[in-house]
Amino acid sequence: MAAGTKAAGGPDPAGTTSAGDGYFDAASAEPLHPSARDVLLDALDNGWADPARLHREARRAQLMLNQARESVAAELGCWPDELSFTSSGTQAVHLAVLGAVQARQSASRGPGHLVASAVEHSAVLNAADWLHQRTGAAVTVTGVNSLGRADVAEFAAAAGRDRTLLACLQSANHEVGTIQPVAEAADACARARVPLLVDAGASAGRLPVPAGWSLLTASARKWGGPAGVGILAVRRTTRWRDPFPPDDREGRRVPGFPNVPEILAAAASLTAMSKERGAMDGALRALIARIRATVPDRVPDAVVHGDPDARLPHIVTFSCLYVDGEALVTELDRAGFSVSSGSACVADTRQPSHVLAAMGALTHGNVRVSLPRAASDSAVTEFLDALPPIVARIRETVRAATPRRSEALPEETP
Amino acid sequence: MTPSHRPALTLDALGKKCPVPIIMLADRIREVPIGQTIEVLADDPAAKTDVPAWCTLKSQEFVGANDRPVGWSFLIRRSY
Repeated sequence: MAAGTKAAGGPDPAGTTSAGDGYFDAASAEPLHPSARDVLLDALDNGWADPARLHREARRAQLMLNQARESVAAELGCWPDELSFTSSGTQAVHLAVLGAVQARQSASRGPGHLVASAVEHSAVLNAADWLHQRTGAAVTVTGVNSLGRADVAEFAAAAGRDRTLLACLQSANHEVGTIQPVAEAADACARARVPLLVDAGASAGRLPVPAGWSLLTASARKWGGPAGVGILAVRRTTRWRDPFPPDDREGRRVPGFPNVPEILAAAASLTAMSKERGAMDGALRALIARIRATVPDRVPDAVVHGDPDARLPHIVTFSCLYVDGEALVTELDRAGFSVSSGSACVADTRQPSHVLAAMGALTHGNVRVSLPRAASDSAVTEFLDALPPIVARIRETVRAATPRRSEALPEETP
Repeated sequence: MTPSHRPALTLDALGKKCPVPIIMLADRIREVPIGQTIEVLADDPAAKTDVPAWCTLKSQEFVGANDRPVGWSFLIRRSY
């Protein structure tokens, strides 16, 4: 990236955030939307009181919280009383999974059964595994095709099994952007009378929420709201029981004092993103299409993942064979481009990306590019120019450090 | 392992993190005759996905994987 375009983290001339032109990690955190920032500053002054009290400051905070709830509920397509604000998307997912399952578990009929696609966010898979460990609930993880799209027939068959208490399918995948067949999964779940959790974390604010969910979760920082606001929506007709000690807040679903200023900012950002979606969607979609077409053309042995058409407008992941993902992220950062990677050597664990593994795709040397709403054509052009020499340089370094002639081992005795 | 699956060459990538096992495989598969197999020993969990994915990308035949006391043994047949 040209010198000076990413000026030492200072505010950009538009006066909003410190994101540089090469910030391509919107799927981790979209820079705060300017309208959210204005609302946040106002709400810090006016919405700080405890909305559960009866005095005037409390009533003002309560009013603001109600407005935010109505506005987010309208955007996501639910009733305000179905929607609770949580402290993160992960907390929303944990509450959704635990509360829906525990409402339907019974001592006499056993711990039951859950279904989740193999490419769900780790919050979903970890919550399911936690229930398995603690309550003995069986968990069926269903497969995806090579594009990362859930196998609906397998998902429906698993949901139809006896004593299935919950099925979980994301709206779209957070790593490769593939849109999931939620409508078909919802039909199957309705037939089997199984509640469906749709984790809309990757798509909320970018695409309309698909119909057919029983429980819905999302995270505000991915649509340009502040960190620390998640969404949990539970249909009036869906049974849910608080899995934690009781608390009166947020429809008795979420413990603790809600963060009114940040919730207001999250609501303002969602409204703004939704209004801008028409113009933004096409522009981002075209930039991602260019990355998808150009990377394999310019970088030898690079593979682009996910569905080329049925995808989120702003996300793409590709893998470069023989490249260490950590080195790639570090070198791109040095060149002014902020991206993420699901390679095992970059993540906290040694396990490779469970999404790419489920797709049977290469798990090393991968880069997720996720464009923020303000991504420019020229920044993407610069990225596509910078990438090939960086990959070539890393390949040289890695190959030089690789043993060329390992000794052939003696054969094992059978 | 059946006799027809006895590898013509075994590469020891134990203790090496991806992508090193794949680089070793790509470098040395041409040392075995077409139709013969090469074995890769590795213990990085990423290899479980990456060896078959490499075979698909490079149109080589992934024969299978076997658990070992440490890591896995992957068998690949050179197809061209």
